[in-house]
Amino acid sequence: MPTYKLTVNGNRVTVDAPADMPLLWVLRDKLGITGPKYGCGIGACRACTSHLNGNEIQPCVVPISECANKRVTTIEGLADGDNLHPVQQAWLDEDVAQCGFCQPGQIMTAAALLKTTQNPTDADIDQIANICRCGTYCRIRNAIKRAAAK
Amino acid sequence: MTESRFPSSPDEASSDMTSTEDSPALGRRRFLTFLVAAPTLTVAARLGLGADSAHAAPKNGNGGGNSSEPTTPAEPVSETDLGTTYVLRVTAENRMVFESPKADVGQGISTALAMLIAEDLDANLADIDVVIADATGLPRQTVGASDSIRSMWGPARDLAAQARARLVTAAAERWDVDAGTLTTRNSAVFAPDGRSATYGDLAEEAARVTSPAVSTAPKPVSAHTLVGTPVPQQEGRALVTGAATFALDVAVAGALPAVVARPPTLKGTVVSFDATAARAMPGVVAVTAIPTGIAVVAETFWEAQRARDVLHVTWGSGPVDALSDDKVTERLRQAALPLLDPPLLTNYVDGIFDFGFVNHAPMETLSATADVRGGSATVWCSAKGPNGVRTAVANAIGFDKSAVTVHGTRGGGSFGRRLYSEAPVEAARISKAVGKPVKLLWTRDDDMRHGRMRPASHHKMRITYGLGKPLTFTNNSSAVQLDLGILPFTTLIDPGFGGLPSIGSAFFALTQHTPYDLGVEEKLLNEVPLDFPTGAWRSVYSGHNRAAEEIMIDELAKRLNKDPLALRIELAKSSAAKALLQRLRTVGGWGRAMPTGSAQGVGYQEEYGARTGCLVEIDTTTSNAPRVTKAVVVADMGQVVNPSGLEAQFMGCVMDGISTILYAGNHIDNGAVRESSFADFRWARQGQAPLEFEAHLMPSTGSPGGAGELVIPAAAGAVANAYARATGRVHRRFPIHP
Repeated sequence: MPTYKLTVNGNRVTVDAPADMPLLWVLRDKLGITGPKYGCGIGACRACTSHLNGNEIQPCVVPISECANKRVTTIEGLADGDNLHPVQQAWLDEDVAQCGFCQPGQIMTAAALLKTTQNPTDADIDQIANICRCGTYCRIRNAIKRAAAK
Repeated sequence: MTESRFPSSPDEASSDMTSTEDSPALGRRRFLTFLVAAPTLTVAARLGLGADSAHAAPKNGNGGGNSSEPTTPAEPVSETDLGTTYVLRVTAENRMVFESPKADVGQGISTALAMLIAEDLDANLADIDVVIADATGLPRQTVGASDSIRSMWGPARDLAAQARARLVTAAAERWDVDAGTLTTRNSAVFAPDGRSATYGDLAEEAARVTSPAVSTAPKPVSAHTLVGTPVPQQEGRALVTGAATFALDVAVAGALPAVVARPPTLKGTVVSFDATAARAMPGVVAVTAIPTGIAVVAETFWEAQRARDVLHVTWGSGPVDALSDDKVTERLRQAALPLLDPPLLTNYVDGIFDFGFVNHAPMETLSATADVRGGSATVWCSAKGPNGVRTAVANAIGFDKSAVTVHGTRGGGSFGRRLYSEAPVEAARISKAVGKPVKLLWTRDDDMRHGRMRPASHHKMRITYGLGKPLTFTNNSSAVQLDLGILPFTTLIDPGFGGLPSIGSAFFALTQHTPYDLGVEEKLLNEVPLDFPTGAWRSVYSGHNRAAEEIMIDELAKRLNKDPLALRIELAKSSAAKALLQRLRTVGGWGRAMPTGSAQGVGYQEEYGARTGCLVEIDTTTSNAPRVTKAVVVADMGQVVNPSGLEAQFMGCVMDGISTILYAGNHIDNGAVRESSFADFRWARQGQAPLEFEAHLMPSTGSPGGAGELVIPAAAGAVANAYARATGRVHRRFPIHP
């Protein structure tokens, strides 16, 4: 079984895993990082969304072999210590979460969007494909705009 | 000892309010509260009805005002003798701990309960810990029928008021002052001379106060400062940082991932299997057969899924292999009573509707962690009926219920799904078979292809009318048999209720109330006993049946050449309904000019001791991709606990209405569900969500209504009506664009 070195939420880690093992299961089952959620395993629901070298990815469809020597950020690594990321704070201010299961992915998607698009339009936000079965979309939209205004 | 009592159901004083959900069998219950002998202040509340005769009056009438008042025990009750009671503890660390009988699956009930307790305790909200109770047979330890706030409004406030009275009394005794001079705020008692003590500091002395020196009655609603104000969900920070713990996030030492290979068709069977290749796969720990498939246990979920893929299983057929959508529809059409030939010279409008199956599709698929070793079983899962789970697990693994512990975790959505116990039962079976703790995951395709669904249904409706007024309304419906499973309230429905043919028929009769005066009504749902996995889906029959009725009102309006909203106001049975609809007309901007291909639509619903209207605007100009651009909800909820949580439920219901009418449903091909994920189960995403959403509340001081499901039929009806007006076409099969 190959060995991979990567940085997860600022920590250097070494894992032994099959090359084709998706990052999601490396995070959850080998590293005990449970913030990224399993929702479909095919990149369709995007509940697991995290960042790889700062870019949005769906870890359920990214094999560990593509993460070697790269930086992975999960929802647990988004805040700066106790200081929440502006997107997280906006989520609290708008009381976005209902069940909360999709929200780590929603937040990581929004954080990635704001890196490339400082003031997203409604059309930009419409492109977000993360499913929220509870139907928090309107508050997500408001929270993204709130975070963008900071 | 002071006593108090509350009806646990909403006040029905509002004479024009419907209360079909208040099944005659459920009746009213009242709680009595009492002190528990414990090191720090602990108060408990027990159902008066059916309680031990030493602790309660022998008989409890329906409604208040009779003479058989429950009495409370004269001495503190021992902690080991609590039985089925709610308990509120004040710890020396100044935490107010309430073990909640209500699973939190995102509906925000934990926050609402914390607010009720903080209000009557005069405690800081942040000092309240609402923890999901284990399966312990607490009263109403079920989440369903939008009953949680309605059933907890009384006892939660009562417990808090009882605790506060004892804390004040303890402070008065400590300081040797008149208790009446003391005040409470921020989890502390204050004396006029400036002395103060936190509740935690007083908790030990308060535990010995048997006769409170101040009132134990909850505050009047008019004195509320927290309840009724918007409060964000208390678990928010954990949810946005990834720290929240769901069933598969529970840290159980050595718990191994498990998945189950399931048959190609619904409820198919295992004839034989060969696990040689699977067992040789890396990371595989065990392969074992369970009644629903072949379980693979491995070091990681990835390895478990890889090994599952190479199992050789010979599957037996399932009970519905001969059925596809067209056959199901045909059976439903046969089962619904026909509409008779209308009398000559009678005007009428007919509508014949078909609704497909709909998976619950919670974001967190079914999952559970289980540890069955050494003759005892512990399971961790989100359970809306934890006691039913406990019984089901015990029966499945042949244990006595006393050997089974069910710990509730937060649930990643439910919509009715977590009323059923498949995941904990399977997890327990697998753990018992392999002798190790396991974490069971239903992969999304498992959940979509073998999950429960809202039953497909068929509705034949006719309204006859004359002189501009409806004369009769016939609603002959049918639905695939609904498995109401472990819902305790269904066990209270007499299967022979009203001479109806099945529990589903009785449930339909009890819940499907048409809020308009349509003349003589005839309504009946016949169930078709097809063995599909079905379940109570948020709002049960209302989401399709009442939505179809709302379409009928629009079509009647067209025939009568009347405005659909004006006709609703005209036909509404109650003045409160008329007032709400008039408000909706104003705040929703009803009747404004819309561009070609766009339109407004309305729907209305009364249920769960509440009422609501929904107005939507839809844009249908993009082919096959209609978009609801705006939704306005007006609701009459009685007393509101948390407006923020309430609005969230309304938003969720609107999205359910949009998704189920326009996009998301399941197809059946020869006994198999065609969809396998959110790639083909077209649940609405951000691009299909309204750009504008508004919720407005009617002023009301009545008892709280139930919010979790209320808005779905109004929203579904509004979306269907808007779509029909925008496209100029009548639609009869839903979802429209599956």
